[in-house]
Amino acid sequence: MTQEKQDTAVNPLEGFLRMERIPHIWCPGCGIGTVVTSFAEALKKEQLDLDKVAVVSGIGCTGRVAGYVKLDSFHTTHGRAIPFATGLKLANPEMKVVVFSGDGDISGIGGNHFIHAARRNMDITVICVNNFNYAMTGGQVAPTTPMEANTSTSPYGNFEYSFSLPTLAEAAGATYIARWTALHFRRVTKSIREALNHKGFSFVEVITPCVTLYARRNRLGDGLNLLRYYYDKSEIVHNADTRTLDITYQGKLVVGKFVQKEKPTFLDAMNTHLGNVLGDDYQLYGRLNDDRD
Amino acid sequence: MRTVKADPKGVLTGSHYLDGDYALAEGALAAGCRFFGGYPITPSTETAERFSERIPHVGGVFIQMEDELASIISLIGAVWGGKKAMTVTSGPGFSLMMENIGLAAMMEIPLVIANVQRGGPSTGLPTLVGQQDMMQARWGSHGDYAIIALCPDSPQECFDLTIKAFNLSETYRCPVFVMADECVGHMHEKVVIPPADQLDIVERKWYSGPKDKYMPYKNDADGIPFLVKAGDGYRFHTTGLTHDERGYPVINAEAQDICVRHLCDKINNNADKIIELEEEDIDGADVVVISYGITSRVAFRAVQLARKEGIKVGRLRLITAWPFCEKRIAELAPKIKAFVVPEINYGQMVREVERSSAGQTKVVSVPHCGGWVHNPLDILAAIKESVK
Amino acid sequence: MTEIRFSGFGGQGIIRCGLIAGKALSLYDDKHATMTQSFGPEARGSACSSQLVVNDDKVLYPYITKPEILVSMSQDAYDQYEPNLRDDGLLLIDTDLVKPKPARAKIKTYAIPSTRFAEELGNRITANLVMMGFFTAVTKIVSEDAIKKALPGLVPDRFLGLNIKAFDKGYEYGLKLLDEEK
Repeated sequence: MTQEKQDTAVNPLEGFLRMERIPHIWCPGCGIGTVVTSFAEALKKEQLDLDKVAVVSGIGCTGRVAGYVKLDSFHTTHGRAIPFATGLKLANPEMKVVVFSGDGDISGIGGNHFIHAARRNMDITVICVNNFNYAMTGGQVAPTTPMEANTSTSPYGNFEYSFSLPTLAEAAGATYIARWTALHFRRVTKSIREALNHKGFSFVEVITPCVTLYARRNRLGDGLNLLRYYYDKSEIVHNADTRTLDITYQGKLVVGKFVQKEKPTFLDAMNTHLGNVLGDDYQLYGRLNDDRD
Repeated sequence: MRTVKADPKGVLTGSHYLDGDYALAEGALAAGCRFFGGYPITPSTETAERFSERIPHVGGVFIQMEDELASIISLIGAVWGGKKAMTVTSGPGFSLMMENIGLAAMMEIPLVIANVQRGGPSTGLPTLVGQQDMMQARWGSHGDYAIIALCPDSPQECFDLTIKAFNLSETYRCPVFVMADECVGHMHEKVVIPPADQLDIVERKWYSGPKDKYMPYKNDADGIPFLVKAGDGYRFHTTGLTHDERGYPVINAEAQDICVRHLCDKINNNADKIIELEEEDIDGADVVVISYGITSRVAFRAVQLARKEGIKVGRLRLITAWPFCEKRIAELAPKIKAFVVPEINYGQMVREVERSSAGQTKVVSVPHCGGWVHNPLDILAAIKESVK
Repeated sequence: MTEIRFSGFGGQGIIRCGLIAGKALSLYDDKHATMTQSFGPEARGSACSSQLVVNDDKVLYPYITKPEILVSMSQDAYDQYEPNLRDDGLLLIDTDLVKPKPARAKIKTYAIPSTRFAEELGNRITANLVMMGFFTAVTKIVSEDAIKKALPGLVPDRFLGLNIKAFDKGYEYGLKLLDEEK
């Protein structure tokens, strides 16, 4: 923990942010900035050509990430970051396309797109900052809100079952899945690095407190306390059965890298299949497996 | 605006017997469209089928998305990825696309959406003709913006106007609709596809200045900003929020004023250049029949019948429905006794004719709620009634 | 202007008949031919139909209103569409599949055992081409040459020969019938 906290003190954001747009809109104590820092660190460590990395966001607090990163960055509509990223990736397969968005955006309004991109093993990375509620609009109940938690539209406590995103991702066909809390800074960074290198649909969920709304409404203390709480409540179980990852209100959080497997991506499958069926008549598109390092 | 000759790979030169839906796909391929994100919906599905069959031989991507919301936004992503992109749909799918048609307008994305119209509202008449999405095409997404919409009256025009739609979309950096209908989409007729070197294709307005100076919404002298391709080192930002020239969000009334005026004016101020009409025997006419799409053919039959009865009838066909030809209508209105406007809806474009006529002449609507084309005799009756 | 309806039951290649004739007329006989068909659940009943409007100039009204020519390859199709045939129209039927009522007004009826002929040639699926040959000979609205040029792309390559044979069979039968009539 101490070691990890020290790492956050290093500023890896040099040249990575649109400084003219800083200060950002996130509340003090919000974990989104931490995840962005992890992302920047991952890009730096991987020495990726930043000209070839795109960030696509939907709408919401995390949806604002696209506005701050000095990359080709797209702030799209609510829920539609993933199909936008799909179009971008397929049009320009040499790019690393990263979707950075929130739990409501990705699993609520955009849930259908999430499962279908996973099903296709679309070669994109999805980083989902899960703060258990719709924060931008004032802290409403989300598909990820744990049972009993109080939100502005579950004022007597939530009675809906919630999604466990890694479960959903694996069932749908994602080939890389990890979950951490925002305080697992180095592990988040490592997972993002792995996700960026992964060929196929990679999904990294990062749990972080919404201090202004969720935490205040549920009297869970200030940002750092809550970050710390989630961190302390977490238990690392790599390769855990993703069916066992439900999150309960203030309960234990199973984190770790759950899935990492090889499967042809949409484009690989398209090229291989159409090449087999059509032979020389097929106009090869993008890159093939063989072209890869 | 720079034009090049079509890439022969996508051009199926020759004479063919095709339905309108197939011709839409051929037009797109000839125009250089290499990305198609679609979702099946009657009566437009054949376009997606045709594209999926042809694109592996041409080089490009067809992807059947999970719904129409995904289809339209995958196009926007693909355009930023450097491709020309198209989708096709019908009423219910068109409704689902509306939010991101607004995003395409706001982000100033050149793309083409064909709507093979069927009878509505709701599921309505999936397999039968309608022209009931004409106003939705213009006003369907929230907020103020302008778009371009073209109306083919035959499979041949499905081909021709799809190329024109791509060219206009690249010229004005906006979404362009090809507002076909079930009848035109499903009818088979001869379609002549010229050699690639006879097809002028408007190239994307690529930016070529210093990388760090690129601004996605800084207007060029012609009022249209330049585009770049993601991955080429510009590291630009774009958003659906009201934005400045850099593409950065600016949330205030002043920025909104600049943004919205630009989105509307770049089309409205170029309306004369954009609008294409087909006119016949307008000079000296007592009545002018205004129609578009399949209805213009049916109306032509009625016009022939009226002429046999000695009525002086002119014909005006809206090849471009949006922007609307308000100047031409205003010019004609004081010279004639009436406009007669048959359309397969309960009266949509006729409102534009009324607005543009501004009380200078009689405007007679000949509505049809959909499911079939007009009986030419009903249009004839309206023509006769209008000159009484 | 001539209006034509091809009719039968699903799977007989009725839509194909419209496509072949339409393509032949518009690409090789210098006519304008607009082909339409019925779609959707309402088209999946027992009767299936494709319609062709043929004209020297551009076809304006795209649908048939009261056809001059009706081709029927099933009883249901005949029952459904015969009443709309023009009083002086031509009716072409499959002898074995349609039992016509006594001919109405000045309607002229021509019959061919198209399905039986196709079976004799080795595949009943070519019955529609036998009928197309018969149609070509009897109606003279489209040329034999144009139909043969139109076939590639509309029938599978490997069955092209068989389809041409089927067409010829129907065509010759039609010519013979007309000859006998004289």
